[in-house]
Amino acid sequence: MPPASEVTAGRVALPSRAASRPPAHDFSRKYGWFILPALIVIAAVIVFPWLFTLWMSVHDWNVTGDHRFVAFDNYRRLVSDERFLESVARTFWFTALAVIIPIALGLWAALTFHRHFPWRGILRTVFVMPMMATPVAIALVWTMMFHPQLGVLNYLLSLAGIPPFAWVYSPDTVIPTLVMVEVWHWTPLVMLILLGGLAGLPTDPYESALIDGASRWQMFRYITWPLILPYVMIAVVIRTIDSLKVFDTIAVISQGGPGTASETLNYFLYLQAFQFYNIGYASAVVVVFFVIIIALSLLLLHLRQKTKWNA
Amino acid sequence: MSRTDRFITRRAALKTGASAAVLGAFGAPMVARHAIGQSAFNWKRFAGQKIDVLLVKNPRSDLMQAAEKQFTELTGIKVESEQVPEQQQRQKAMIEFTSGKPSFDVAHLSMHVQKRLSEKGKWMDDLRPMVADQSMTNPQFDFSDYGKAGLNFCTAADGKLNAIPTFVDYWILYYNKELFEQKGVAYPKTMDEIFTAAQKLNDPAKGIAGFVSRGLKNANVPVWTSWMLGMGMETVSTDGKLLTETPEAIWAAELYKKLNRDVAPPGTVGFNWNECQTSFSQGRAAMWLDGIGFATPLEDKTKSRIAGKVGYGVVPAGPKAQHSAIFGDGLGIASASKNKGPAWFYIQFITNKANQLNILKNGAGSPARNSAFANQDVVRESIFGKQWFDTVLASAQIGRPGLPVIIPVTEFRDIFGVALTNMISGADPKTELAKATAAFKPVLEKSEQG
Repeated sequence: MPPASEVTAGRVALPSRAASRPPAHDFSRKYGWFILPALIVIAAVIVFPWLFTLWMSVHDWNVTGDHRFVAFDNYRRLVSDERFLESVARTFWFTALAVIIPIALGLWAALTFHRHFPWRGILRTVFVMPMMATPVAIALVWTMMFHPQLGVLNYLLSLAGIPPFAWVYSPDTVIPTLVMVEVWHWTPLVMLILLGGLAGLPTDPYESALIDGASRWQMFRYITWPLILPYVMIAVVIRTIDSLKVFDTIAVISQGGPGTASETLNYFLYLQAFQFYNIGYASAVVVVFFVIIIALSLLLLHLRQKTKWNA
Repeated sequence: MSRTDRFITRRAALKTGASAAVLGAFGAPMVARHAIGQSAFNWKRFAGQKIDVLLVKNPRSDLMQAAEKQFTELTGIKVESEQVPEQQQRQKAMIEFTSGKPSFDVAHLSMHVQKRLSEKGKWMDDLRPMVADQSMTNPQFDFSDYGKAGLNFCTAADGKLNAIPTFVDYWILYYNKELFEQKGVAYPKTMDEIFTAAQKLNDPAKGIAGFVSRGLKNANVPVWTSWMLGMGMETVSTDGKLLTETPEAIWAAELYKKLNRDVAPPGTVGFNWNECQTSFSQGRAAMWLDGIGFATPLEDKTKSRIAGKVGYGVVPAGPKAQHSAIFGDGLGIASASKNKGPAWFYIQFITNKANQLNILKNGAGSPARNSAFANQDVVRESIFGKQWFDTVLASAQIGRPGLPVIIPVTEFRDIFGVALTNMISGADPKTELAKATAAFKPVLEKSEQG
């Protein structure tokens, strides 16, 4: 017999689920320490370095000397440092080119390789090969090819009757040339992402469009493009972050030169931190760099959400 | 007791005498050598101990590592050494020395970059007491054998010997003998003649430049300082004043500009040594100003089209002086090391005459000991030829530092390097040097504070 208190209006009150679950504070007390290792790791490898970087950025700190608190002097110096401001502008210019061109070429390649044609598998493998190579090794090979007197590129131009080009050996052409290396290296990645998107598209809309007499361009414009836009945005986010922090290609091929013509924000940061040992100033650059990357990433993720909703 | 027991027979005496003579002839020198080796210097004093060595990645370090086995057999000291690429090695040295607890006992230092920095930071131990201590230094070490140029790099202003020189790089003028002969041009005697000779040799239609040198920022500064040495002046005075706006500096910058603009290959503004080497070794440049250590690839018939046709010349005289810009490396003992004795044994062994000669034999650069160059067998057998050796010896007589002895050497090279590249692009040398000097002055002043 159940106790009288549990009998209500002729029914037996069964213990509810909520009542059987231990109270929240008991749960956290009992199992809370399970997250402690993760918290310690995050604090050690993410939180502490960040707080330390912020702390260093408000100090005048050179490895060879003492450090002293200077408040926001490093940030003020950044605002008036022409070389820094130029490197920021150059970074955006480089990023814009190194994102737009691979996306356009990658989309074209993905649409091409999505179709069935003889040797498709082999050609697709060949197309993906640049992505597998080590950036530094690639950069060294390109450096040899760019040599204005003996490089193979100018030799090929001469066969076509075109005068020699300065490639990375001129302040005017160094950025487009470095972008060319990036495009060659990373277009396959964009192609793979978009090829994955194309493979997942439904066939029904295309069949309907064919019946309605739509042209190939109309099918691309009104069916393919909206459906693969989320994948394009993923590629844009990845390429943007990669291009903003590009270092190896520039360090090996042009070392920021000629002069400062290819000195991007990341290379400027490297010089300040690891060549001049201005740790405080370099930390301020890191903070600004981080803010730029976060702002751009948030903007792109926001745009990606919008494309998802539209799709 | 028989007669023979008490008296030595004639035959027995002869036998014994002959045996003694044979033993004496072969055994005595061995015993004597052993005795001298042991009594003069005890290499086994630190047997069983271990040292860590930080080296820069280059062919000389390969030779040092190859000699470690012999060192361990001789001393019983175990060596753990690592080679790190130059830029990263400098960063590693800087960070570890600054931490106060470096992980190595012996470190390679590029004295043309790290001299002042290591002095101010008191990175290295003064080696003079070690050199003077007969129980610590092998009598055959012969400290007086080291050339003045290398020793100057390793000696601080207060006389402390912070390292033992291992390598000295002299800047010389390489020239293509075949091109010079074809055009009937003589080797230039002055810096001005370099330009006039280059004008005669320059043949853009055939893709041949009259002259090539580094144009890439940072790497290009020693070219300018080489010309400035021809005016008898370095870029920073002994009391730490910048001399980079002087008429001498401007003259040198103007020479740099016209050589790299008027008679150089296209794109020289982005040339580092490797691009220069490619142009010169493929017969596309008639002259090249750079370090003497590049002779090996130039004389390699599998890589160079001008092997056997390379001329080596001392840097011609400037209007006021004749000097060769020099750069040097050394090995020193970290002040914080707890194994200073074994570390010193390592340094004196690895920089001994035989190992320094080995650098020369293997075409790994120019050693810091004079005796290496006096070895006529090596001179005869070398692929470089006598002219190369003569050039080294003559350059050693007129060597002066190619970079200022200051802490922010890299910033100096960066700021003035940008100014020089701007000049190649057409900017006015005087204006560019004024701008660079104004930018660098506070950096220099700040570096000596604190």
